Amino acid sequence: MDYILELKDINYAYHNMEGETKALEHISFGIKEGEFIAIVGPSGCGKSTLLHLIAGLLEPEKGLIKLNGKYLRDSATNIGYMLQKDELLEWRTVYHNVLLGLEIQHMMTAKAKAKARELLDIYGLDQFANAKPSELSGGMRQRAALIRTLVLEPDILLLDEPFSALDYQTRLNVGDDIGQIIRKEKKTAILVTHDLSEAISLADRIIVLSDRPATICQTVDVTFDSKETSPLKRRNAPEFKTYFNLIWKELNPNE
Amino acid sequence: MNELSQGQQHYLNQHRRHKRIVRVSRIAILLSFLFLWEFAANVGMIDSFIFSSPSRIALCFWGMVLDKSIFLHVGVTLYETLVSFILVIVFSILAAVLLWFSERLSEIMDPYLVVLNSLPKSALAPLLIVWLGANKTTIIVAGMSVAIFGSILNLYSSFTTVDPEKITLIYTLHGNRFHALTKVVIPSSIPSIISTMKVNIGLCLVGVVIGEFIGGREGLGYMIIYGSQVFKLDWLLMSICILCIIAMGLYSLINVIERIYQKRV
Repeated sequence: MDYILELKDINYAYHNMEGETKALEHISFGIKEGEFIAIVGPSGCGKSTLLHLIAGLLEPEKGLIKLNGKYLRDSATNIGYMLQKDELLEWRTVYHNVLLGLEIQHMMTAKAKAKARELLDIYGLDQFANAKPSELSGGMRQRAALIRTLVLEPDILLLDEPFSALDYQTRLNVGDDIGQIIRKEKKTAILVTHDLSEAISLADRIIVLSDRPATICQTVDVTFDSKETSPLKRRNAPEFKTYFNLIWKELNPNE
Repeated sequence: MNELSQGQQHYLNQHRRHKRIVRVSRIAILLSFLFLWEFAANVGMIDSFIFSSPSRIALCFWGMVLDKSIFLHVGVTLYETLVSFILVIVFSILAAVLLWFSERLSEIMDPYLVVLNSLPKSALAPLLIVWLGANKTTIIVAGMSVAIFGSILNLYSSFTTVDPEKITLIYTLHGNRFHALTKVVIPSSIPSIISTMKVNIGLCLVGVVIGEFIGGREGLGYMIIYGSQVFKLDWLLMSICILCIIAMGLYSLINVIERIYQKRV
C-alpha cells in the first residue's frame, strides 16, 4: 500500500429540518504520490463535499480517510486547498495575500518569505507583489491564489473547480498554466470539475461520480501516446475525443 | 497643463457653478435667519426675553468666555461624550465578537438585545441617578446606554454577513475561528465599524445631555435645564447653538478618521 491518500467507504449526509440529503455513499479510492486525479460528476452531486471531507473541513458520517497510512486527524501531511473563487483579501497586497497561510501557521521565516517571492517571480506576478488584488486580471488572481496554497508546500493539492469563475478564453489559459505549475512542482492533486474536457486535459485518472447520492460509477485511466502532454496539446490529441465520449456516455446514460 | 476640450470645460464650469450656488444658498439661509431673528427681536415682534436674539446670545457667550465658565461647561460635555463614545465602541466590539464566537449565545441574547435597543433610554436616566449618584460616571453611563445596544446589533450583523467562503479560506489554510476573526471578519467590517461610530457619536451626545438634565452640576445639558428654570433663555439658546456646533464637529472628526482609513486602503 503506497497510497498517499486513501478513502474507505465514505458516507456523508446533510441534515436540516426538512430532512436528510444523502450526498456521498460508499466512496472508496486511493491516490499515489505525484498522481493528478480529476473527479467529475453532475453539478450538485457532492463533489465539493468530498474535497471538504479530505481537507478535514467536514467529518465523514461513516468511513475512513487515511493520509500516508495515518488517520486524517493524526496525520502531519499537509493538504492545500484551492477554492472556486480566488478569495483574495482586498485590503491586503498580493504579496501579503500570498503570505496569509504562513501567518496563520506561524511559519513566517525568511526562507518562507523568499519562497513566496520566488513563486511570484516564476509565475509572473513579481511586478504586482505590492498591488492590490483589484488591479489583477482574473487569471492573475487565480495564480496568486495558487501561490498562496503552494507556498505552504502541501503534499496534496485539492482544486475545487478553480477555473469556473473565469471566462472561457482565460479558463483555457489558466487551466493550462496551473496544470503545468502543478506538474512542475510534482504535486499530488485532486481536481473537482463538471467540465469533462478540463478533466481529460489535466488528469492521469478520472473518477466519475453518479447523481446524488454520489457513488463512484467509473474510474478511467487517462493515457496519451504523445510524450508532450501539455493540457492544450492533449485537447488536440486523437485520444481526447475517445475519452470524452466514454465519460459522456457514463454521465448521460439515456442519450 | 494639457488643453481641456470645450465640452469638458463647459462641464467643469457647470459643476463649479452648481457648487457655488449650493454654498451661497446655505450661508444665505443662515444669515437671513439670524437677521430676521435679530430684527424681529429689536422691533418688538417677538419678546426677546423669551426668544432671545443673536446679539444677546453672542453677548452672553462673550461674557462667559471672559469669566472662562463656558470652557468648563463645553469641556465637561465634550469629555463625557468622548469617554462614553470610546467605551461604547470598545464594549460593543467586544460584545459583538463574543456573540460571533458563539452562535448559540447570540440566539439566546437576541430578544434581550432587541428589547433593550428599542427601549427609550431616557427612561433609564432617573434610575441611573438613584443607583450611581449624581456624578459624571452616571452621565457617561447614560450616554453609553443610548448607543450601546444598537451598536452591538449593528456590529454583530456586519460580522455575520462576511462572505462565508472567505472564512472557509482561513480553515483551508489550517486556521481556526480566532484567525477567521482577526484576518477576515474584523478587517472586512472596518467600514461598518466606522459607520456605526458615526451614528454613535451623535447618540452619545444625546445620552450625555439627558444625563446632564437630571444629574449634572455642569455641562451644556445642565445649562439648558438651569437656564429654563431661572428663565435665562440666552443661556438656553446659546447652549443649543453650541451643541449644534459640537455635534457637527464630532461628526466631521469621524469623517476625517474615515478618510484616513480609505487613503490607507
